[in-house]
Amino acid sequence: MAPLLKVSNVSRDFVKSLDLVAKFLNRLGQDHREEIVHAVDDVSFEVFKGEVIGIVGESGCGKSTLGKMIAGILPPTRGTVHFESANTSEDSRPDALKTQMIFQDPFSSLNPRKKVIDILTEAPIHHGVINASEKREFALEMLNRVGMDSEALGRYPHQFSGGQRQRIGIARALAVSPELLVCDESIAALDVSIQAQVLNLFVQLKQDYDLTYLFISHDIGVIEHISDRVIVMYLGRVVETAPIETFVENPNHPYTKALLEGVPRLEIGQRDYEPVSGEIPSPLDPPSGCHFHPRCKFSNEKCRAVRPELIEISPDHYSACHLNSAE
Amino acid sequence: MSPILEVRNLQTHFFTRAGVLKAVDGVSFEIGAGEIIGLVGESGSGKSITGFSILGLVDEPGRIVGGQILFKGQDLTTFAPADMQRMRGSSIAMIFQDPMMTLNPVLRIETQMIEAIQTHDGSVSKDEARQRSRDALGLVGISSPEERMRAYPHQFSGGMRQRVSIAIAMLNRPDLIIADEPTTALDVTIQGQVIHEMQKLCRKTKTALLWITHDLAVVAGISSRICVMYAGRIVEQGPNEALIGNPMHPYTNGLLGSVPSQNRRGEPLRQIEGIVPSLLNLPAGCAFENRCSNALPECRQSAPDEVMMDDQRILRCFNKVK
Repeated sequence: MAPLLKVSNVSRDFVKSLDLVAKFLNRLGQDHREEIVHAVDDVSFEVFKGEVIGIVGESGCGKSTLGKMIAGILPPTRGTVHFESANTSEDSRPDALKTQMIFQDPFSSLNPRKKVIDILTEAPIHHGVINASEKREFALEMLNRVGMDSEALGRYPHQFSGGQRQRIGIARALAVSPELLVCDESIAALDVSIQAQVLNLFVQLKQDYDLTYLFISHDIGVIEHISDRVIVMYLGRVVETAPIETFVENPNHPYTKALLEGVPRLEIGQRDYEPVSGEIPSPLDPPSGCHFHPRCKFSNEKCRAVRPELIEISPDHYSACHLNSAE
Repeated sequence: MSPILEVRNLQTHFFTRAGVLKAVDGVSFEIGAGEIIGLVGESGSGKSITGFSILGLVDEPGRIVGGQILFKGQDLTTFAPADMQRMRGSSIAMIFQDPMMTLNPVLRIETQMIEAIQTHDGSVSKDEARQRSRDALGLVGISSPEERMRAYPHQFSGGMRQRVSIAIAMLNRPDLIIADEPTTALDVTIQGQVIHEMQKLCRKTKTALLWITHDLAVVAGISSRICVMYAGRIVEQGPNEALIGNPMHPYTNGLLGSVPSQNRRGEPLRQIEGIVPSLLNLPAGCAFENRCSNALPECRQSAPDEVMMDDQRILRCFNKVK
């Protein structure tokens, strides 16, 4: 079976170009270089139809940048993203609507000056999915899909609560019949009891409309609940990918283990936290070799010098750690 | 042993143009020395206003309209602003969610810390204050505090900044710290570190801690008692294990049930239907009635009072979860 989405060796750099003073000083013989952040560094993976892929990592690990590249908002610096074998960085691809994105902040991702009916129908009318005359019917159907009713049509985003606004965001994404939804921290801004409602909605919609999700989150509990496969990122690189059962029961990479141990869990109850030490290093100046080595208690000479490759350590379970190849 | 802090029937209302907003409406709890209490609630439940009320930080149009806040036996609600000012930062300290907002961006960490000490005790010399600041930074796990003290807040990462604000809160050895969502803005591994430091400090210095958060899992990990707030009231409070293991209020039960790890994969999460009611026009009865699966006809008529249960638990419900 051909994958729905194929991400091959994708990288994205952000360059902070030199300001005037630095350029001038360079002329005078000083050495000022452009600062480059490797937000995403050589990432490859495949997503099959109907899967839910969870991408976890802490801030600055590049998970949002990766999501934006897949949704076609940012072009990759190197590498390619193929959606149903069409390269997404070519502008004129006809299936651009098939990947849609749902954002974290339901306050800033909706136009405050547009009514819900216009928010929902702008894209479909523009792309010729519907005629302007069908607007009302169409918007109503979209709202029903996300559990809202006709009362909402004539109202503005500020008249809704966070959870309802997120539903409108989802309805807007669904309006162009996408196949892949990139959900970037889509429930992080919501209250706990509302999170459950929206998460259930995501699961329901997946079944109803045969969707595929790329679920980006820092919340391990959410990822564990919804994903089939998990990708763990650290400072722009994938450190481990595993099916969900393996991720929960038998994580391999020391970073994944630290992440799973650090999560506060209800089941455990009162306990003493024994956290992994050290800060998340600056992506401007990441550590050599394995990015995690300064915080890893198992690190050795090789970890400091050589970048570990992702190796398949058991079926469908990949990990980028030198400890796996050491005898 | 008498508690450090005793809040009795606290009521903080906001007199807005649209009406009276009862942000905190009859909250009672107590904290003993060295104890960690978790105050949990969703946005708008009044948990932060409870914290602000204790510190006398409620701004207009808000006012404490009733109840007592007994801190070591003295009622803080009767204090003059100047006396309250002396309390803040010396006997009671606060840690906020966003350390970038609470640290002065144009002053060195050192300057801010020395100022915090000398404001409350003019007899401390600058060198002595610097010495104490250095020790405090070391205590919260900042390496080479001598150099780091000379830095400005923007030179620290989020987790480090939060450690600095914890160090500042600890400077004058307060009896009580109020921490409002102190780890919410932090990453998982960094959150673990900050919780670890706070746990250690409270144990070592016998400081009482009120941990305000929306995250049940965090307080389940650190606190001895948990208070659950909904629409301005504590609906259930009790010892950690009892409350988490056997919630009696339908809201607590629903909140716990909706945490993904409490559910089986592939099955829909148990969810609480509906949304939090507007605090401006709360129903006459129980504020949770319209979302409650256990609601009875009387829930609509009158709000339940606090009832003491057998296991040190205080509950506001007519029809508890069996």
